[in-house]
Amino acid sequence: MSPAITQVQQLQLAAGEASEHRPLIITLFSVFVVATLVITVWAGRQTKDAADFYAGGRQFSGFQNGLAVSGDYMSAASFLGIAGAIALFGYDGFLYSIGFLVAWLVALLLVAEPLRNSGRYTMGDVLAYRMRQRPVRTAAGASTIVVSIFYLLAQMAGAGVLVSLLLGITSDGGKIAIVALVGVLMIVYVTIGGMKGTTWVQMVKAVLLIFGTLLITFLVLLKFDFNVSDLLGSAAENSGKGAAFLEPGLKYGLTATSKLDFLSLGIALVLGTAGLPHILIRFYTVPTAKAARKSVNWAIGIIGAFYLMTIALGFGAAALIKPDEIIASNKAGNTAAPLLALHLGGVDSSWGAILLATISAVAFATILAVVAGLTLASSSSFAHDIYANVIKKGQATEKEEVRAARWATVAIGVVSIALGALARDLNVAGLVALAFAVAASANLPTILYSLFWKRFTTQGALWSIYGGLASAVLLVLFSPVVSGKETSMFPDVDFHWFPLENPGLISIPVGFLLGWIGTLLSKEEPDAGKYAELEVRSLTGTGAH
Amino acid sequence: MATDAPPPSKSQPPLPSTEEFVEVQQSAEFGELRRAHRSFAFPLTVAFIAWYLLYVLLSNYAGGFMGTKLFGNINVALVLGLAQFLTTFLIAWWYSRHAATKLDPRAEAIKSRMEGGA
Repeated sequence: MSPAITQVQQLQLAAGEASEHRPLIITLFSVFVVATLVITVWAGRQTKDAADFYAGGRQFSGFQNGLAVSGDYMSAASFLGIAGAIALFGYDGFLYSIGFLVAWLVALLLVAEPLRNSGRYTMGDVLAYRMRQRPVRTAAGASTIVVSIFYLLAQMAGAGVLVSLLLGITSDGGKIAIVALVGVLMIVYVTIGGMKGTTWVQMVKAVLLIFGTLLITFLVLLKFDFNVSDLLGSAAENSGKGAAFLEPGLKYGLTATSKLDFLSLGIALVLGTAGLPHILIRFYTVPTAKAARKSVNWAIGIIGAFYLMTIALGFGAAALIKPDEIIASNKAGNTAAPLLALHLGGVDSSWGAILLATISAVAFATILAVVAGLTLASSSSFAHDIYANVIKKGQATEKEEVRAARWATVAIGVVSIALGALARDLNVAGLVALAFAVAASANLPTILYSLFWKRFTTQGALWSIYGGLASAVLLVLFSPVVSGKETSMFPDVDFHWFPLENPGLISIPVGFLLGWIGTLLSKEEPDAGKYAELEVRSLTGTGAH
Repeated sequence: MATDAPPPSKSQPPLPSTEEFVEVQQSAEFGELRRAHRSFAFPLTVAFIAWYLLYVLLSNYAGGFMGTKLFGNINVALVLGLAQFLTTFLIAWWYSRHAATKLDPRAEAIKSRMEGGA
């Protein structure tokens, strides 16, 4: 067992004054940053045309892209958030993770291959294929940017808090500096490396994350002689909650509202993943639909294995660390995984320090890879959907388009640094769930109708995108995520009337219904010729490039 | 088409005409491909979403049943959660096998004919 830690050390970690570990953590962070910058510059030299910038030249293999998809998807919220949720709430943390995995089947069965076959660079390519270009491109661009910015904001603010905690920075200026550093790095990755650089950063991150969690999982299981039942038993006992810790209910089952809220969240997770623009554009980086299918299969394997390992991480933390210590370090349990690493190595030993630094560096890499993917998705959509096809009406040259994408990256980067810095003390974790809800309410209905429903019209597409987007955003605005609760973004005011934190239960049906009604009520005839093109191309790959 | 195919050429090959696409779309061969995809993917999607929702609803509203211990500290809730992982892996494998045997050959036949004739 790990040596009992003294009160003093507990307080040190609690206050985030992990100063003794700081040099090592900073060294590992720096190694990762330098390595990824070298990759970025190398990738930048090979980025010549629009297909290189937006789609990494479409030359990645299914396995490579599967790794990158995993790296794009497994955010710090997955890694640290789920491990922490299990450490504090037991089974409900595990329950939360499952929706993130099952969701990939929607992408596999319905979205990835048709998208790869019929689009070029963005989600808007497929949505606007058979519709009037300008209005649908505008809507697709708006939805892409909204989803990505919400997601980005949550990651940026989270990065500030998390990295400060790991480095033991408590000052406001320090936190802002961290947010700015993350923002500047993501701008550099994307403007210089484009999709190629971003893909490699995500692959490196995925490998680090897998090996990091594998190591910790192995060490946890070793402590319990690979007896999972013993691990669970110790976790239940140490948590102070007994058998209830291994059953659903401690987090989501508290009230009738929280149960409904979890149902709403679960639906948004399962239907949202296949509508996340930063995930969708990854399918353009492979040469064929078959390779896109392979990417999803690899991603399902990698992501599934990862969530299985978070069970060991979360319950391991619950078994080996006092719950008070986890909460003292971070209320949401976000530092449970790094703390677990420290305890496994031995709180006073250099082995413990090395493990802590390694896991911290993995978390840092995780944040950087995800924010780079999000920035790329939003700037691509701005340049390709809005600038090239709406403002320039399809007359922009490739060079102009890529230049616009680079400038958009800088602008989005600067905006998210500013917002991330402003939001550093707000509770913005709910924004990730909002991003999934918007993706499920606005993007997925429109993608599915476009691909599979002959009658679908421009008006239907606009109604489902704007309707799903508006209903999700408005419901969250008037939910406890924003106001009225201690855990709200603005706890001091209260203008909430919608009881659930997750809008999906309402906004997803609204998105699907509006797409249907908008189509039935539209005066225009659907373009049958264009649908024939889209349908044949999406299923056969004819003319895919 | 394997992943080791030569990189796509920078100049786009000319796309078949809309008339050709409409003709193919209405052909019996394409109808079979469409049916082979939809009759597999649509019901399976409904099934795995229903199975996931059942799991969520049981977690929400059937705590007693989920807490039933099966062996050691392993209870029904944990087994059902792991079963979600297992079914996800199995469905992915099953779809890929279906696609490789029933979808890819048909898709490739149509594609090569259309691109060859263009």
